[in-house]
Amino acid sequence: MTTARPAGTAAPHRRRRPGRGIQSGQAAAGWLFITPMLVLLGLFLVLPIAMAAWVSVSDWTGRGNPFGGAASYVGGQNYAELLTGGGLPQRDFATSLRNNAYYVLLVVPIQTALSLTLAILVNRRIMRGRGFFRTAFYFPSVTSSVAITVVFLFLFTASGAVNRVLSYLSVGGPNWINDPRGVLHIVLGAVGVDQPPAVLQSAPFLGLSWWQWLAGPSVAMCVFIIMGIFTTSGTFMLLFLAALQNLSGEVEEAAMVDGTTAWQRLRYVTIPMLRPTIFTVVTLGLIGTWQVFDQIYTGTRGSPGKTTLTPAYLSYETSFNSQQWGRGAAIAFILFAIIVVMTIVQRVVLAERDVVPARKRFYRTGQKGGEPS
Amino acid sequence: MSTTTSRPRSTRRVRRPLAAVTASFAALALAACGGGSGFDEGGGGSGDGEEGAGGETGGGTLEVLIGSSGDAETQSVTEALEAWSAESGTEANLSVAADLPQQLSQGFAAGSPPDVFYVGVDHFAGYAANGSLEPYADQIEADFFPALVESFTYEDTFYCAPKDFSTLALVVNNTAWQEAGLTEDDYPTTWEELSTVAEQLTTDGQVGLSFGPEWQRIGTFMAQAGGGLVDENGSANVDTPENVEALTYVQEMLAAGTAAYPSEVGAGWGGEAFGSGAAAMTIEGNWVIGALTNDFPDVDYTVVPLPEGPAGQGTLQFTNCWGVAADSQNKEAAIELVRFLVSDEQQMAFAEGFGVMPSVESVRDRWTEQFPEQAAFIEGAEYAQGVPPVEGISDVIGDFNAQLEGLASGDPQQILTSVQGSLEAVAP
Repeated sequence: MTTARPAGTAAPHRRRRPGRGIQSGQAAAGWLFITPMLVLLGLFLVLPIAMAAWVSVSDWTGRGNPFGGAASYVGGQNYAELLTGGGLPQRDFATSLRNNAYYVLLVVPIQTALSLTLAILVNRRIMRGRGFFRTAFYFPSVTSSVAITVVFLFLFTASGAVNRVLSYLSVGGPNWINDPRGVLHIVLGAVGVDQPPAVLQSAPFLGLSWWQWLAGPSVAMCVFIIMGIFTTSGTFMLLFLAALQNLSGEVEEAAMVDGTTAWQRLRYVTIPMLRPTIFTVVTLGLIGTWQVFDQIYTGTRGSPGKTTLTPAYLSYETSFNSQQWGRGAAIAFILFAIIVVMTIVQRVVLAERDVVPARKRFYRTGQKGGEPS
Repeated sequence: MSTTTSRPRSTRRVRRPLAAVTASFAALALAACGGGSGFDEGGGGSGDGEEGAGGETGGGTLEVLIGSSGDAETQSVTEALEAWSAESGTEANLSVAADLPQQLSQGFAAGSPPDVFYVGVDHFAGYAANGSLEPYADQIEADFFPALVESFTYEDTFYCAPKDFSTLALVVNNTAWQEAGLTEDDYPTTWEELSTVAEQLTTDGQVGLSFGPEWQRIGTFMAQAGGGLVDENGSANVDTPENVEALTYVQEMLAAGTAAYPSEVGAGWGGEAFGSGAAAMTIEGNWVIGALTNDFPDVDYTVVPLPEGPAGQGTLQFTNCWGVAADSQNKEAAIELVRFLVSDEQQMAFAEGFGVMPSVESVRDRWTEQFPEQAAFIEGAEYAQGVPPVEGISDVIGDFNAQLEGLASGDPQQILTSVQGSLEAVAP
């Protein structure tokens, strides 16, 4: 929506100087400039979202026009079915939330840390072949996710390359992409807890027992987690790299004069100055990981044991294959709400606090150039 | 802000061309969207040019959408459509779907579905319930197998003509069989014998029996034990002692290591596990013949009926029907085409083309004569169970399958109780 700004800022001028002033045509020109974008956004973004919102509170079954009598209003029934219904739809939805939550929980921090590390590494001037490594790290990001998924499926079959390498190390690899066991369940099983304790058998939240919530990502999901980190780290490395190159060298030199070690410079100088970029990366990461779809669609379609089912894929499956379009749209809107809430929470957590000790305050000067565009 | 104040002079000069450009952009965008706007009521404006005003009289082109198993099937259907077009004078245009349910759903939602298309049993009830399918089947004279008619009957209406069908049988690797010292007399006829031969066939690097972790395979044991998904009235009936017995039996074989899911032996499905030699026996349908011929031509095998369980013989059948869209502009021609496609001659042509079984009893003997080695499959037609035509069944079976993947370490009773709960919600 940043495109709307020129028009908005031009308006006060006109009000101050009414009549046929020298700037009288500016607002009109501004509106004209943004008209194509407004039309496109309205047509392809706002209108479809409004239509989906209507479908999510209707009983449309997928035939005929949902705005012309083929669907009737059912209120929050679709949402209720997902959140309090107690049946299969609720359990599927809860399972998909659990799977995706573990995915987000692992992918976002690791990819942020990894991409920052990579960026710092390839930003060093003394390194040989920087250009090569920059390209190499960025390469997965420009490759089609479908192609990467197919390659990963081959790598992670029971007798695939990964397991063969593991067997050289005398490690019997799991049956990766077909293994529905949760990682935490495997760990608990190793210490002798392979049946849920009575405490964890109740299912108070979204119809899934605590034992199920605490399963951890399945081994199959771990493949997607590795893939997610592998494919997106390059993109975010680029963001960090742009930010790093915008930092002024004086600050770092000043820190050197103060006798800091390399680690101290990174921890107390560079990373604080990268805060806006970290915010961008984490936000983009959160949004992307909550919407994971194409890898699932090409890879496993939710199997094994529904442990790679994600809300985005479930929404598709519910709509197109089960003809429950209202419920599918409702899933999409709940997912939307989750993403918005998560982003707000993260914004609050990463917000600049004014209680920074005086000895650290010097970083504020270099902060402005942090955000790449 | 400095930029906005420093440029007013030029604004006036550029405004007119600018307005023209903007307007043409907007017009372009609108025009681009006008063509494809999804929700045309009744399909009046959709697919224009193909189905003109004279569509009802048979002048229009029929759109046919299939989900093909491969080149052989596409080729056979193409030939059939060409033959019909030559006979009837109506063009028929074949499209092969990459994702059939999705493409069908899009067509139904937009009001411009294909005229004739494949409908799988698990999606049939959903399409019948929302009125997408034309219930034309009573206009077709053919003696379909009764179990197939049942599969495509929704609320006492027989909707669409079964295209063909497949059943499951036991496929045995002859080489492994002889190496284990077994003869033709040893083909298992009971569960005990199945366990015994599976044990004898299990060696290093070869498991006795392999089948997919899904109701679509394990359901055969439920049928043999006298169980199933629904009772005669179509109500959920999963949580029964018969089904528990079946799952317990399967679990015992998995635990003993004489049976394994294909994924555990590095295969994608039972046929691959069997063909690659990782399994000596598998439970698969007719399609396995074509797959083995293509991918593993050197494997020597025999197809025998599945063993009897405590309640006698049992297997599962899978079928598709030829759906005709209720929104089709050319229903009469569409029904005419289906009549041609399910005729005896055409069914035999399909059977030769891509190895399916005719859906009509009238050519059963001809088929058995021509494909004696596949007799076990068509025998199954007498006692096979189909997918119940219940709206929402595919979700329930999907959930059942997800739980069956964990059967080796799971509790059969608990799985069945959970599936009973889910199925009751859609089939009370």
